[in-house]
Amino acid sequence: MSNIAKAFDHGKAFVAFITCGDPDLETTEKTVIAMANAGADLIELGIPFSDPTAEGPVIQAANARALAGGVTTDKIFEMVRRLRASVKVPMVFMTYANVVFSYGIDRFCARCQEIGMDGMILPDVPYEEKEEFAPACRAHNLDFVSLIAPTSEDRIATIAKDAEGFLYIVSSMGVTGERREITTDIGAMVRLVRESASIPCAVGFGISTPEQAAHMAGLSDGAIVGSAIVRLIAEHGKDAPEIVAEYVKRMKDALLAL
Amino acid sequence: MTNPKGRFGIHGGQYIPETLMNAIIELENAYEACKKDEAFQAELTRLFNDYAGRPSRLYYAERMTRDLGGAKIYLKREDLNHTGAHKINNVLGQALLAKRMGKTRLIAETGAGQHGVATATAAALLGMECVVYMGKEDTIRQALNVYRMRLLGAEVIPVESGTGTLKDAVSAAMREWTNRISDTHYCLGSVMGPHPFPTIVRDFQAVISKEIKEQLFQAEGRLPDAVLACVGGGSNAIGAFYHFIEDEGVRLIGCEAAGRGIDTFETAATVNTGRVGIFHGMKSYFCQDEYGQIAPVYSISAGLDYPGVGPEHAYLHDIGRAEYVAVTDDEAVNAFEYLARTEGIIPAIESAHAVAYAQKLAPQMQKDQIIVVNLSGRGDKDCAAIARYRGEDIHE
Repeated sequence: MSNIAKAFDHGKAFVAFITCGDPDLETTEKTVIAMANAGADLIELGIPFSDPTAEGPVIQAANARALAGGVTTDKIFEMVRRLRASVKVPMVFMTYANVVFSYGIDRFCARCQEIGMDGMILPDVPYEEKEEFAPACRAHNLDFVSLIAPTSEDRIATIAKDAEGFLYIVSSMGVTGERREITTDIGAMVRLVRESASIPCAVGFGISTPEQAAHMAGLSDGAIVGSAIVRLIAEHGKDAPEIVAEYVKRMKDALLAL
Repeated sequence: MTNPKGRFGIHGGQYIPETLMNAIIELENAYEACKKDEAFQAELTRLFNDYAGRPSRLYYAERMTRDLGGAKIYLKREDLNHTGAHKINNVLGQALLAKRMGKTRLIAETGAGQHGVATATAAALLGMECVVYMGKEDTIRQALNVYRMRLLGAEVIPVESGTGTLKDAVSAAMREWTNRISDTHYCLGSVMGPHPFPTIVRDFQAVISKEIKEQLFQAEGRLPDAVLACVGGGSNAIGAFYHFIEDEGVRLIGCEAAGRGIDTFETAATVNTGRVGIFHGMKSYFCQDEYGQIAPVYSISAGLDYPGVGPEHAYLHDIGRAEYVAVTDDEAVNAFEYLARTEGIIPAIESAHAVAYAQKLAPQMQKDQIIVVNLSGRGDKDCAAIARYRGEDIHE
């Protein structure tokens, strides 16, 4: 069983995303520890990319700030190595194909294994291109996480059958970012997944409130939150770790109440 | 690599969010159907000829030839097309295709504004809604084209993220497409992005080399020795090269924008200074740092100011079939002025990069040899910027 599956052992999972290096790696490190202690079941570490085409304005700006601050893939690897001394929850990288490709796919995966990462999510690598990355992931014990979207329809079964770790359900059209309402029939998507695979499903894109998280996790196995956390960090800077921890606790409590 | 779709050697592919995959598959199927559909092809040919003014002229530049004292120079006059550039070829094709697919709205990115103007034009002609994304920096450099797009009924959205240039406009258009697929076609302007775009755009632009071949046979009864075209994403170049790829005696030369020089960071010469990467849906050459962060490129030409190049060019480079040379801002501006004075033709600053290389190459060739320069667009849009470059402030 992959380590990621353990994230779904404590009721509905709360999955937290953070952009590494925004405003600096020290704050990221403290925030990750705080989120894990506050009940986050799985943490997505965003390696910033210059042109994150799947992100909305909040995470785009965080990427730009992090890169302007001089963060690099190697510095993030070092941070994860330190974090693994205290953080036991599963962690995956979320970044763009070129960050991994440019580092060398196998070299990147080998480093991930060395420092204790559990998988990766590449939003610009669809099912058709996944075999360029998945073999190196398998060789280094990493799950290559697949995504399905409201437009996936007939593709869901194929993607689900091959999915590793968990299946990332993109809740809405468009890019990442907080939304007032999610209109996609998530329940129907999850049912299609269940027909072909028994993999945990977590819903992301647009979730920011405990009510939304509870609603989405009620229809699946967990809720993923990115922009709302990144926004708190943008607002509170170095003081963010405690504030984010309170937020994560509120969100996880809402899921535990299900 | 398991996905052989849309590959040119190792390049190309479909590196896009899952949200777009079914739209891309729908596009590919619709395009394959249209390619075989005689009614579609007839309608496109009618628009090419009656509306865009094709075939464009192949003009013997006698004064330039005499002045340079080497190879005979022909200019393929894509600048004489309706809307003033080769961009209309691709746009008419894609707009018809979009209409076939039942789409009512076109979105596009634009650098110099030529593709945006062409898209706005096709949208007006076919009664479609149109939104164009343009880097903030470029809306200033190419203010005239912004006005033209608005006049044609398009909405122009200035993009402030990143460097505020073409790459950011592409990112913004891609983001908007993931947001609204059902009624919207993304009318990509160059031979780039995910499959099937590089193939679709190439096929619609290939009319350029088809005509060059026929026209030169009429005029000279032979093939050219070299075909020159400027390369940003590379649509006019692939259009000018395509029907000559099998004719191995014909040198195919793409002229990249070196900006302030390929030994500086202020350059956009992707093949000359970049390395293989994955961005904007494709694998190809990109200007990037050691960690794969895309570089903020620079060129005086907004249309060539892009950190990548189309995957088919990357492949033609890999197999040595085409050469990619770098031309600086200075050389391009000199060529812009040279062609104006020598032939009475003001080229787009993009096309001036190819003219500049012809100035270097022609004197090294024999008088019985032939160079064809693809004059991809007209230069009216650039006059204010070139005047500024020369320290003169003219008010548009």
